[in-house]
Amino acid sequence: MVGEKQLLTAEGVVCGYDGREVLHSVTMGAARGEFVGLIGPNGSGKSTLLRALTGILPLSAGLVLLEGRALDSYSRRQIAQKIAVVPQVTGHIFSFSVEDYVLMGRTPHLGRLQGHHASDLHVAWEAMALADITDLASRPVTELSGGELQRATIARAFAQQTDILLLDEPTAFLDINHQHDIFELLARFNREQGKTIVCVSHDLNLAAQYCQRLVVLSEGCVHTEGPPEAVVTEQMIERVYHAEVAVDIGPGGAPRVSLMPGGSSPRGEQR
Amino acid sequence: MSRRHIAVAVGLLVLLIATVAISLATGPSALSPAKAGRILVGAVPGLGSLAPPASATERAIVLDIRLPRLILALLVGASLAVAGTVMQSFFQNPMAAPSILGVSAGAMLGATAAIMLGFDIGFWGLSAVPAAAFVGALAVSAAVYLLSRRGGRTPVTLLLLTGIALGALASAISSFILIRGQQGDLDMVIIWMMGSVANRGWPEVQMILPYVLAGSAIVYLYSRDLNVLLMGDEQAYYLGVPVERVKLILLILASLLAAAAVAVTGAIGFIGLIVPHLMRLLIGPNHRILLPACFLAGGVVLGLSDIVANLAGEIPIGIVTSLLGAPFFLYLLHRTRDYEF
Repeated sequence: MVGEKQLLTAEGVVCGYDGREVLHSVTMGAARGEFVGLIGPNGSGKSTLLRALTGILPLSAGLVLLEGRALDSYSRRQIAQKIAVVPQVTGHIFSFSVEDYVLMGRTPHLGRLQGHHASDLHVAWEAMALADITDLASRPVTELSGGELQRATIARAFAQQTDILLLDEPTAFLDINHQHDIFELLARFNREQGKTIVCVSHDLNLAAQYCQRLVVLSEGCVHTEGPPEAVVTEQMIERVYHAEVAVDIGPGGAPRVSLMPGGSSPRGEQR
Repeated sequence: MSRRHIAVAVGLLVLLIATVAISLATGPSALSPAKAGRILVGAVPGLGSLAPPASATERAIVLDIRLPRLILALLVGASLAVAGTVMQSFFQNPMAAPSILGVSAGAMLGATAAIMLGFDIGFWGLSAVPAAAFVGALAVSAAVYLLSRRGGRTPVTLLLLTGIALGALASAISSFILIRGQQGDLDMVIIWMMGSVANRGWPEVQMILPYVLAGSAIVYLYSRDLNVLLMGDEQAYYLGVPVERVKLILLILASLLAAAAVAVTGAIGFIGLIVPHLMRLLIGPNHRILLPACFLAGGVVLGLSDIVANLAGEIPIGIVTSLLGAPFFLYLLHRTRDYEF
């Protein structure tokens, strides 16, 4: 399952919080240039897997490999030069400007005594242009809407200039148009710059439409993985989400999931 | 550097010069700020020709009595303000001040013990009281830190609560020692408690100068980490900051800065709380600009407070900072709707 070209992989990863095991031996990976979606019901371990891939969670067994080397053999700074993370950001209480906020993405590339060079500013502005937020540059982050803050945080990750981008539910709490904007932005970043993206999503349709490969987690284990058309099926959703749905082909050619009226079983967790 | 930053920098420098001139002219012997200023300038090697005609007594008053006291006020103010800035960013909490880590209570305990147990004797040419206060401050903040460790991490809430608990414990022990003490010692402790830069000289300046300068300089090296830490530990981690190590270093630096200040002057309230707030309102949260601004502003505010304390008949400076600081702080809080950190 884990091939030669893999850039970031989890191998037999077991981890959790405070002795409660959330992931039970998970093996998955992302190849260079791939756009991978992590899907699964609430509590299946998607966000935990993402955090394990960042190196922030101690593992009780297994390994996370970055370019074939154990992640814990890298320093924090080295990891941040290769992996950018967009966590779920709900709000800030301090009034940095959007420009300063995005510039923080340059942190792992700057020495302790070093100020920002013109080149760092240039990278930050390119990232803001890519995320389409240049008009917000001087606004304090405290005044941004949810969608704007999400874009600013993605721009900050772009400014980090890493090969890998990990995102935790980047479209949570956003309106439907903003959800598509965010995924369009990620798809373009993946396509045009060849960046590797691993994105947790609770939205099956968005994930199926934009990701090249989906990894389905269920109760802390990988249930299935593969291209969206192979993975997103009525049977998988019935078994993993305990929901009765119809799957057809959407206008973009990707599988499209529709909930059947009254089709959610009592154990169903699909929102 | 925006226009606003330059305006604030110029304003602070003007205030600093005014503070120096007025402070050197303030005291029982009448001396104009101009004359006092010229005595100071004339004392700089190579500028002796600028010295005004002044008696040896006038020169001694300015250079040996008022100047060390002024410099001490500037250093202590700068030190408390920088320590306060670090603590507030560290805890991502605008209520944080050096006292939260038990620094003040620890210093108090050290000083009380030294005074009451009669250790107020010569000690490298200094009273043992500042040394004991310094040791007390560092011991209590180290204990707070060690008791707040949980599996390689230091949760902020735990740190705050441990600080409160150990601070209360240290204060209780101080009170216990006090209640057993004699009247003369009690007076000494009370004066010390209120904080003062009066009757201090060059030895005290020499004692804290290395801590204040080196401590503030090292803190400045961490200004980018402090910015990133404001985003919370998890995001700081994703941006490449080794959070636990950086936090330990910052905690040690803030404790050292506050302990050095408290050790020579006693507890001086509100500087560590109010100066970072004021500066953040004026120039924003970026520590690369905020830290130098707080260093300067802390010095100026304490320097000015000392002038007031002196004019008010040599009352402890801690009374002035709290008497003026508390209402001003309330005004700031009231004025700022939607308080942004």
